[in-house]
Amino acid sequence: MSDTTPLLQLRGVNKSFGVVHVLHDVDLAIYPGQVTALVGDNGAGKSTLVKAIAGIYPADTGDYLFEGEKVSVHGPKDAAALGIEIVYQDLALCDNLDIVENMFLGRESKNGIVLDESTMEAKAREALKSLSVRTVKSVRQSVSSLSGGQRQTVAIAKSVLWNSKVVLLDEPTAALGVAQTRQVLDLVRRLADSGVGVLLISHNLTDVFEVADRITALYLGRVAADVATKDVTSRQVVELITTGTSSDLDVAPRPSTTV
Amino acid sequence: MADIISDAEQAGFANDLTQSNTLGDSVKAYVQRVRGGDMGALPSIAGLVVLFIVFGLANDRFLSNLNMANLATQAGSIIILAMALVPVLLLGDIDLSAGVAGSTGAAVMGLLIVDHGQGWAVAVVAGLLTGTVIGIVTGVLVAKLGIPSFVVTLAFFLGLQGVLLKLIGEGGSVRIDQPVISGIANTNMSVLAGWIAAVVIIVVFAALRLLQHRRKVAQNLQHQPLAVVIVQIVAMAVVLLGITLILNQNRSVNPNFPIEGIPYVIPLVVVLLIAWTFALGRTTWGRHVYAVGGNAEAARRAGINVDRIRISVFMMCTTMAVVSGIVLASYGGKVSTASGGGNTLLYAVGAAVIGGTSLFGGKGKASNAVVGGLVIATIANGLGLLAQASWINYVVTGGVLLLAATVDAISRRRRSATGL
Repeated sequence: MSDTTPLLQLRGVNKSFGVVHVLHDVDLAIYPGQVTALVGDNGAGKSTLVKAIAGIYPADTGDYLFEGEKVSVHGPKDAAALGIEIVYQDLALCDNLDIVENMFLGRESKNGIVLDESTMEAKAREALKSLSVRTVKSVRQSVSSLSGGQRQTVAIAKSVLWNSKVVLLDEPTAALGVAQTRQVLDLVRRLADSGVGVLLISHNLTDVFEVADRITALYLGRVAADVATKDVTSRQVVELITTGTSSDLDVAPRPSTTV
Repeated sequence: MADIISDAEQAGFANDLTQSNTLGDSVKAYVQRVRGGDMGALPSIAGLVVLFIVFGLANDRFLSNLNMANLATQAGSIIILAMALVPVLLLGDIDLSAGVAGSTGAAVMGLLIVDHGQGWAVAVVAGLLTGTVIGIVTGVLVAKLGIPSFVVTLAFFLGLQGVLLKLIGEGGSVRIDQPVISGIANTNMSVLAGWIAAVVIIVVFAALRLLQHRRKVAQNLQHQPLAVVIVQIVAMAVVLLGITLILNQNRSVNPNFPIEGIPYVIPLVVVLLIAWTFALGRTTWGRHVYAVGGNAEAARRAGINVDRIRISVFMMCTTMAVVSGIVLASYGGKVSTASGGGNTLLYAVGAAVIGGTSLFGGKGKASNAVVGGLVIATIANGLGLLAQASWINYVVTGGVLLLAATVDAISRRRRSATGL
């Protein structure tokens, strides 16, 4: 599988905030139709890496390739224009707006200067349908009335609506119950099966092993390992996260310049 | 219909109802919403009815045609200022300087007419632009520097009173006797024009609502039952025709000089109401204002330029406040150094909040200002007729504002508890 071109690839990315060197020569690849899990302990640099992809904190050095072509991403708009959708942990939905309004926020359809509610409602319904979302009572329901899982669903459905090629999910199941986690994971799988490249950032290894095809482990700002899920065990991944190496795993820790 | 349902079921989307089926269901859903804390304009409409009954019983003249017309013109400037404030409140901000800024704009207009012999149109535009500039400066300070709007506009509230003193001169006032400006609050439409305007508005409203309903049904979008749409149209027609009927009666106490017709300030309020409702409800700008008020961070991530929305809102607010200042000047016949100060602004904030606009941002409509403004004006008017000492007026109005804010806070808490 890895011989297909990655949808999105980072090569040798470095990022510092002042004297703090957060990302060291990070390589990352996201393939179409696959779920790549990004794991790592608190402070390993996961969020910074996501923000670098999103263009919120552009990387200092390193290459950013999209569909094999070098691109420069300097802001959230650049990333969105490439077809990269980021679903943040704190969801970024407006409680006072309904589902349709949230899904189209910032990209409303218009007839002249008037909002085209009909088109937006029909498209939103179609996107939710394509993800087989069955829990939402009405697309005109206010988002504040939704459960955590439903809110996550709406946020993910937004990426389907916009035909995103790459979807980054930041801790999508962190605040969810068992049944809702199930729903969201199913949704993540369906999203990948439709050909989208998914990056799943998660602390929860059970979730990771359930849906991910590949695992990239970050340790203190370096990539500790980039492996296929089927080649590793949960214990080995825990070792990678906590120590940066795994004794019985056939991956060499990447050479690192001493800090 | 059958194949649509089966289609929806196949897609696992059977729960997405596009219509709450009957009038009964809609009523039930509405009651549920109200109990869940989403009260909207309901408390203010109830309050208005109670106030009318109380004042009507306490004083014979309160319900007289003359007083009703008075009430409408008194409410005019409050409603317009409240409408100006609604978008600012939607952002969760406040503009304490709107009243004074409005009168500063009105003073600029008045001085251009009186001292510089300009035509009224030029003077009005200059006045409005004064408001626009003040609003842009306020907006930039709030959005770009991040100073809380409360502090920026409090500073403007004080500073602009100084500017007003300088413009007009200590203890002086600018007389407003230009016929067009003075006519806003002091002349009436002809009886025939009033009836025609009322009927035209009702017909257009009904046609738009019915067309919209038909389109939604045709495209299988979510819609209200036809019965609800008809009830809305009938209610609107009854209210509008009722007001027109009352105001078209002769209300003069002197039989030789009949006074009849709708005061021009009412069509002005109606036009502004339509414009604001359209801007907030049907345009991208309005949608973004709600989004920024609901969750500014989400709006920013969605690619909305939050700063620009904030600046534009303050700009529109102050510009519109000048309209209110002009109406106030027209009603009082002058702009004095105290115009727009005192309780003008708090009346308007109270009006918006009483009408159902939330002080916490994200919830409210232009129409809230109309109902709330009527409540405030009714209190002032009714207590005035009862010849109560002015301290009572202040205490009661303050109490009502506090009550409205309490209702707002409690219903907000209930909303978050029931998830509405």
